[in-house]
Amino acid sequence: MPVPILKQRDYLIASIQAALSDEDLKKLREALVAQVGEFRSRGVIVDITALDVVDSFAVRTLRDLAHMSRLRGAETVIVGIQPEVAFAMVQLGLTLEGVAAALDLEEGLTYLDRKTRKRAGTK
Amino acid sequence: MVEVRAKAPFRPSVGSTDVLLRELVAHLRENRTQLREEWARRITEAKLLTAMTPDEVFAEATAVYDNYLEALETGSIEALEAYARNLSERIIPRGVETHEVVGIVLLLRDVLARSLFARYRADFTELNRVQDAYEPAANRIANTVAVGFVQERERVIRQQQEAIRELSTPVLPVRERLLILPIIGIIDPQRARQLTEQLLRGIRVNRAKVVVIDITGVPAMDASVANHLVQTVEASRLLGATVIVTGLSAEIAQTLVNIGVDLGKMNTVGDLQGGIEEAERLLGYKVLPIPEPSNHQA
Repeated sequence: MPVPILKQRDYLIASIQAALSDEDLKKLREALVAQVGEFRSRGVIVDITALDVVDSFAVRTLRDLAHMSRLRGAETVIVGIQPEVAFAMVQLGLTLEGVAAALDLEEGLTYLDRKTRKRAGTK
Repeated sequence: MVEVRAKAPFRPSVGSTDVLLRELVAHLRENRTQLREEWARRITEAKLLTAMTPDEVFAEATAVYDNYLEALETGSIEALEAYARNLSERIIPRGVETHEVVGIVLLLRDVLARSLFARYRADFTELNRVQDAYEPAANRIANTVAVGFVQERERVIRQQQEAIRELSTPVLPVRERLLILPIIGIIDPQRARQLTEQLLRGIRVNRAKVVVIDITGVPAMDASVANHLVQTVEASRLLGATVIVTGLSAEIAQTLVNIGVDLGKMNTVGDLQGGIEEAERLLGYKVLPIPEPSNHQA
């Protein structure tokens, strides 16, 4: 099942609605990295509220996505990680190092606004 | 119902037992008033159920007596079970002890058995057969009531333990988006787990950005709990919250270093005051003293 990607001002928002196969995740990563360049996006938000299980492949894909987007000029923030999922991830050593995380979509947007404003050099 | 009775042990022949049970229930029902009074008197004599008034004892005795006979007659202990649970719920808060409940049921068993001895004393074989019918049923009833009482007590204890655990890890909102988690006393693995759960839930509910975990009141923690603390900090980050740990004792500092915690991930401040100040800074608050009015207006 493909994940819809919404363009919202300077940001791309991918909202995952159901459990994804490894293949779907890879497609999502490719689509996002491609669209970052296409729309000259400054930020990417991946909403994983609907995910009950986040395995090592998903974490690696999300981390790669964040690093790739950064190389293409966009900040990535993962939002909506469930409390139980967060703790399970940490126990498995999947801590999404170097990737920003926020509570929900709104927080993610606030984070990106602050981040991109800082980079633009305005206060 | 018939199957339940058929399964009960020590029954020489099912048919005759049925007849006998019916017969002895009829006998016990006939002598209800006298036996009930006798039982209540024995309860008072044995100084059981002292937490209850004599009237209450008599009322409960009547109810138990009738339930008891019904259980004997039908072989079904469900009604009695329900009554025992209900009774336990009412009397446990009044401080009735397990030995009292077991005591009164055994007394009733005794009172009824004596009445049966008196009735059948002429015919020893008949008495034996009556006993064969009565004993297993009476034992099962005594068992049911005692077990019901103990189970109810255990339920109350579990409930209280739950309440104590809840109280032991408060998550307090101090300012908008700032939570404080003061921890006092030893943290065992179960408490650590619960602490994590409550903190992560608290972050979500309060939409917290910064959390101050104050462990001034924790004298020491072992490596596994320290590890758990570090994991909690990381999990909080995944929910978008920054954790500041304050009040680490020298011992805990040593534990953390010994297990090789990456201190880059841990945000630590010496005391709670410093932690709150740091949290306010992160949230963009600035605390200023209210300026003194320069001159009093007359």
